[in-house]
Amino acid sequence: MRDVAVIGVGMQKWGELWEKSLRDIFTESAMLAIDDAGVDHIDSMYVGCMSSGLFVGQEHLGSLLADYLGVAPIPALRVESACASGGAAFRQAFFDVASGANDVVLAGGVEKMTDIDGGGATFALSTAADAEYEVYNGVTFPGLYAMIAVAHMNAYGTTREQLAAVAVKNHKNGAKNPHAQYPFEVTVEQVLSSVMIADPLTILDCSPITDGAAAAILCPLDMVGDFTDNEPVKILSSAHATDSIALHSRKDLTWLSAVAKAGQIAYEGAGLTPSDLDFVEVHDCFTIAEIAVIEALGFFEKGKGGTGAVSGETAMGGRIPVNPSGGLKSKGHPVGATGIAQIVETVTQLRGVAGERQVDGAKIGMTQNMGGTGGSCVAHILGKA
Amino acid sequence: MSTSAKYWRGIPQRYRLEAERCASCGMEFFPPRLVCSGCGARKFMPIKLNDHGKLLTYTVIRVGPSEFCEQTPYAMGIVELDGGVRMTAQIADVDFDTLEVGMPLKVEFRKIREEGQAGILCYGYKFVPE
Ligand SMILES: [Zn+2]
Repeated sequence: MRDVAVIGVGMQKWGELWEKSLRDIFTESAMLAIDDAGVDHIDSMYVGCMSSGLFVGQEHLGSLLADYLGVAPIPALRVESACASGGAAFRQAFFDVASGANDVVLAGGVEKMTDIDGGGATFALSTAADAEYEVYNGVTFPGLYAMIAVAHMNAYGTTREQLAAVAVKNHKNGAKNPHAQYPFEVTVEQVLSSVMIADPLTILDCSPITDGAAAAILCPLDMVGDFTDNEPVKILSSAHATDSIALHSRKDLTWLSAVAKAGQIAYEGAGLTPSDLDFVEVHDCFTIAEIAVIEALGFFEKGKGGTGAVSGETAMGGRIPVNPSGGLKSKGHPVGATGIAQIVETVTQLRGVAGERQVDGAKIGMTQNMGGTGGSCVAHILGKA
Repeated sequence: MSTSAKYWRGIPQRYRLEAERCASCGMEFFPPRLVCSGCGARKFMPIKLNDHGKLLTYTVIRVGPSEFCEQTPYAMGIVELDGGVRMTAQIADVDFDTLEVGMPLKVEFRKIREEGQAGILCYGYKFVPE
C-alpha cells in the first residue's frame, strides 16, 4: 500500500440553500478542492450521499456529478452508509490511491435536505434505523438518541446540564466557522428551555437539517510536489466497523461498540494512542452522541463522557479539543457531506490556517463519522506529513 | 406507498411475536434470522416470546414522523422480555411521569398507525404497564 496524502479541500457555507440544486452545491465544493490541490485532472471519484433518492428523487449520483463536474468518463461512484457515507467515500478514495489503482482521486460528500418538508426529511433520516422493527413502531432519530441518553443518565448519573454543555461548547466553536449553518453561541438555559423534541432532548440538542457539500483531493504522498506547494497532510490510518442498526439489539445501550472498534483499528494503524491526538472531529448528531463517542474513542472513561464539556477538557485549549469546527450541531449536518467536512476541518487545522478557531500547534487529528445510532462508524487519523 | 405484501410478511412477528431459538447455542432471535449471530449455526427452533418484560430505556416523542403526527406525544421504550429478547415499541396507557427504567410491562396487540389515502390499518405490539 502506498502512503496517501490529502492535497486539496473545499467547502462553502452550509444552510438552507433553496436557490441551488444538489448538483450545483456538490460541483462548487469539488471545484474548490481541485483548485486548492492545483491538479489539472482527477482519475476517479467517490461521493458520499445518504439518500438523494428520498430527499430529491435522484439516484445514479456518481455519473450525474462526474458529468456536471466535467470529468466524465472517469469512474465515479456514490457511496452509502447512512450518516457515515462521507467518511466511507473518503475511505474508498484512500484505498483507490493506496492500492496504486489511481493517482489523483476526489472524495466528496453531499446532501440536499430542504427540497422536501420536515415530515419527509424525518422519514428519509429514519431509514438509517431498522425500518421494520424500530421505525414501523413510531420511533424517530431524536427518539433513539433520547433513549441512549436516558440509559446513560440512568447507568452513570449523566445530567441534563451535561448534555446542554456539549451544545454550548460546539456552538461557541462554530460561531468562529464561516462555513457553519448556525454560527452563533447558545447558553445552557437556552438549550434547556428550547422546544422538547424527544424527552430529554430539546431542539438545541439536535443537529439541524442542512443543505451542503464538501470535497477533498487525495494523491500518493510521494507525488505531492508534482501538484502543489500546500503543506501535505498524510492519512495515518483508516478504519471502519459495523454493529446492529437496531439499537435494541445491543447488549449495552450506552456503548457504541462500532465506534470503539473503529477507534481501536485507527489507533493501531497509526501506532498512536488517544493521548497523542491534538484534536478530534466527532459525530455529534445529538449532544448525547458526542458524550458516548468520546468514551468509545477512549478520551474519557466509560460513563464519564458527560464531564468533558462541563470541565472544559473538550473545549478549545482543553486536554482534547472536540469539534473545533462547531461539529454537526453548529456547522450543520447534510448527512452525506458530514464525513468529508470533518476531513476539510482536520486538514485546515493541520495546515494551521483555521484562523480564530485554530488548535495551537495541531500536528495530529482524528475524524469519527457514524451512521444511524452507531450501526456503522468510519474513523481516520491524519497528521502533518 | 408500499404494497400489502410487505405488511403481510411481518404478521407472524407483529401479531404473534413468533421468534426462534438457535438449536446450537440457544440464543433467541426476534425477528428470526437465517444465521445465528452468536455462533454462526443455521438451525433454529420456533418459539413464542414471553409477553412480560421490563423497561430498559424510554422517551416521549413530541415530534413524530408524518404517519404518527396525530398520535404525538407518545411514549416509546426498549423492553427486555423475560427470556432476554429486546424490542422497541410504544408504551400505551401510561402517565409519562411514571415512566421509569426497570418498570414491569406487558405486551399487547394494538393498532400502530393508518397508512394514508385508503391504505391499510397497521397493527402490531405495544407495551402497557403491568
Ligand atoms: Zn447460535
